[in-house]
Amino acid sequence: MTNETLLLDIENLHAQYVNPHNQNEKINILNGINLKIYKGKKHAIMGPNGSGKSTLSSVIMGHPHYQITQGDIRYYNQQTSKMESITGLLPHERAKKGIFMSFQNPVSVPGLPVTQFLRASLQNIRGKDITVKDFRKELKSNMEALQMNPDLMKRYLNEGFSGGEKKRMEILQLSLLQPRIAILDEIDSGLDIDALRQVSEGINRLVDNERAFILITHYKRLLDYIAPDSVHIIAEGKIIKEGGPELVDILESTGYEEIVKEAKLAS
Amino acid sequence: MNDLESTKAKSKDKASFEKEDYKYGFHDAEQFIFKAERGLTEEIVRNISKIKNEPQWMTDFRVESYRIFLEKPMPNWGDVKGLNSIDFESIYYYLKPTGGQERSWDDVPEDIKNTFEKLGIPEAEQKFLGGVTAQYESEVVYHSIREDLEKLGVIFTDMDTALREHSDIVKKYFSTIIPPSDNKFAALNSAVWSGGSFIYVPPDTDVAIPLQAYFRINAKNMGQFERTLIITDKNSKVHYIEGCTAPTYSTDSLHSAVVELIAMEGSTIRYSTIQNWSNNVYNLVTKRAVAYENARVEWVDGNIGSKVTMKYPAVYLKGRGAHGEVLSIAYAGKGQHQDAGAKIVHAAPDTTSSILSKSLTKDGGQSTYRGLIKVYKDSINSKSSVKCDALMLDNKSTSLTLPYMEIEEERGVRVQHEATVSKVDDDMLFFMTSRGISEDDAKGMVINGFIEPFTRELPMEYAVELNRLIQLEMQGAIG
Ligand SMILES: Nc1ncnc2c1ncn2[C@@H]1O[C@H](COP(=O)(O)OP(=O)(O)O)[C@@H](O)[C@H]1O
Ligand SMILES: [Mg+2]
Repeated sequence: MTNETLLLDIENLHAQYVNPHNQNEKINILNGINLKIYKGKKHAIMGPNGSGKSTLSSVIMGHPHYQITQGDIRYYNQQTSKMESITGLLPHERAKKGIFMSFQNPVSVPGLPVTQFLRASLQNIRGKDITVKDFRKELKSNMEALQMNPDLMKRYLNEGFSGGEKKRMEILQLSLLQPRIAILDEIDSGLDIDALRQVSEGINRLVDNERAFILITHYKRLLDYIAPDSVHIIAEGKIIKEGGPELVDILESTGYEEIVKEAKLAS
Repeated sequence: MNDLESTKAKSKDKASFEKEDYKYGFHDAEQFIFKAERGLTEEIVRNISKIKNEPQWMTDFRVESYRIFLEKPMPNWGDVKGLNSIDFESIYYYLKPTGGQERSWDDVPEDIKNTFEKLGIPEAEQKFLGGVTAQYESEVVYHSIREDLEKLGVIFTDMDTALREHSDIVKKYFSTIIPPSDNKFAALNSAVWSGGSFIYVPPDTDVAIPLQAYFRINAKNMGQFERTLIITDKNSKVHYIEGCTAPTYSTDSLHSAVVELIAMEGSTIRYSTIQNWSNNVYNLVTKRAVAYENARVEWVDGNIGSKVTMKYPAVYLKGRGAHGEVLSIAYAGKGQHQDAGAKIVHAAPDTTSSILSKSLTKDGGQSTYRGLIKVYKDSINSKSSVKCDALMLDNKSTSLTLPYMEIEEERGVRVQHEATVSKVDDDMLFFMTSRGISEDDAKGMVINGFIEPFTRELPMEYAVELNRLIQLEMQGAIG
């Protein structure tokens, strides 16, 4: 991978969950993650339940309940062409730098109109005002592409949305915000076959030579739609194996258990 | 105060205004023709009536009310401790500002005009005003009524004018819903009232445009005692809106209004209020409505500022099928106590009521919901639902729910009560901030979402204004 441009470099990352109500209650979750994400590439991250996939996403995005105890996350700065640490930035500052994360469980905000939230988000990310008219236009074309029910826009953010509708909302935001790096945490969970195809197509439309993807999933079926360039297997808060797309098939036939065992023997 | 002093006061005020972070914390020079003494005596009460050239019955009413005020103990319902800290002797009970009634904007004195412009009244008027009753100090100085209202036979004027020009209707209904003997503050208001609105809507008349009034307090230690009376005759309909902002002062001000609503058979009254008193004001308001057969009364009540607010809009459902509704929000920040709620009295069969109370607390603010549902014997098939939602923005703030129920009838009666308490959730904020929205803005959105069931009932301009005020409150304490 010599002539590829590094976009995100995660080095020996250790992180713990700190209970906000009791600062003494800490749980180590990430135990030395090493991961390099390249421009224009699709990286799949796979691993058993509870291995730290969502935590890794949250830590990259800057969730206040997680504390980095060791290591660093560095991100490519376009102005300086240098890798710079982002661990001191707030979530909204990271978002403005082009980092996006879709949530395994998107939250709902009662009483907050979807359109108000989307427009505020878009204006912040672009750093400029967008007229209601322009916004509507952009929203409409993106929603049509994702075959979303226009009535969703009359509702409150994710309030009473079905699992599938919430996931589509996440992809809608991805396509509006046009990030440089997109972390998609189990975007395929809770989707039926048709929805999975539509969502995957939505993601594929955004694939280009600049944008990087981190696809977190348990299942091959998502990766059948979106072919990954590399696959990283995580267990107990560590990347235990990396390789090309062939890893997906190996994993499918042997299961996590075998691979975890193998990795433990090797180390 | 002579002219020179007045000018001095003005320039000083302007300078201090610049420093104020409180958005409406400005005030203009105090230009008064007459300024009563601090404290209250029977002589002052008589004087108020004399200056206003009132009929004898009103003078007698005031004097009698003053006696009741002296005799009455402090109410034992509400923030009793807060009430006991009020020093009645340090308050001015009546002030008359320069000029008299004004019909056109051009005639309004420059000082007063500035104040109104800062409050955005001219634009609001252009948009949907039916008429403006703007209260500057204790007297109404600016008042316009649209011609089509007059054609409909709707009377919309300030209370003092109503007493002069429509004394028969005023005499018939004035103080019939809230007599001076009701409570100490109602007695005080009855003795010294000045200004307020009077509305009468004739039968079968739908006043399509909301009627609104702006009120302001503009002098140190000045009490405001408006008196509002609204009567909708059979099958008529009106929406009255009152919005308040007040300058910031270091000494305490007392605001104690009385509002009486009478909804005759089949009529509808909606009374919307947004109050944003500066946080030194004691806001003690007695609001009560009577709804006759198939009538409907809705109180929409937003309380943002003040030091202590005690307000429990009430509806007495006196006729079969009458409906009462109270929709309120309260925001309590540092050093503030919002003690608000509702009282609904079911005194006839098939009456229905609903209460939705939303409270926000921050920086150690305190909010209390205090509500009473009373169902009298023989009020069969009465239904009532009460919902109280509290959102706390930090761990220092407190929120209390005190629902009282007195149910004397069982047949077909259903009374429901539901209360929720929540905090602004970190995961919710993380989700929003991960989409590029700053934490403060995200909080503002969560809060605006929380009060949305309230704001959606307001006309657009008020909803926008309220959301902005809350956003300012958020930022104020963060910065
Ligand atoms: N907020 C939290 N509170 C307590 N434990 C947590 C929290 N977040 C993560 N964990 C724990 O960290 C481990 C990794 O969780 P997670 O990152 O969600 O795994 P994955 O997404 O791979 O299923 C789990 O054991 C989980 O219970
Ligand atoms: Mg997960």
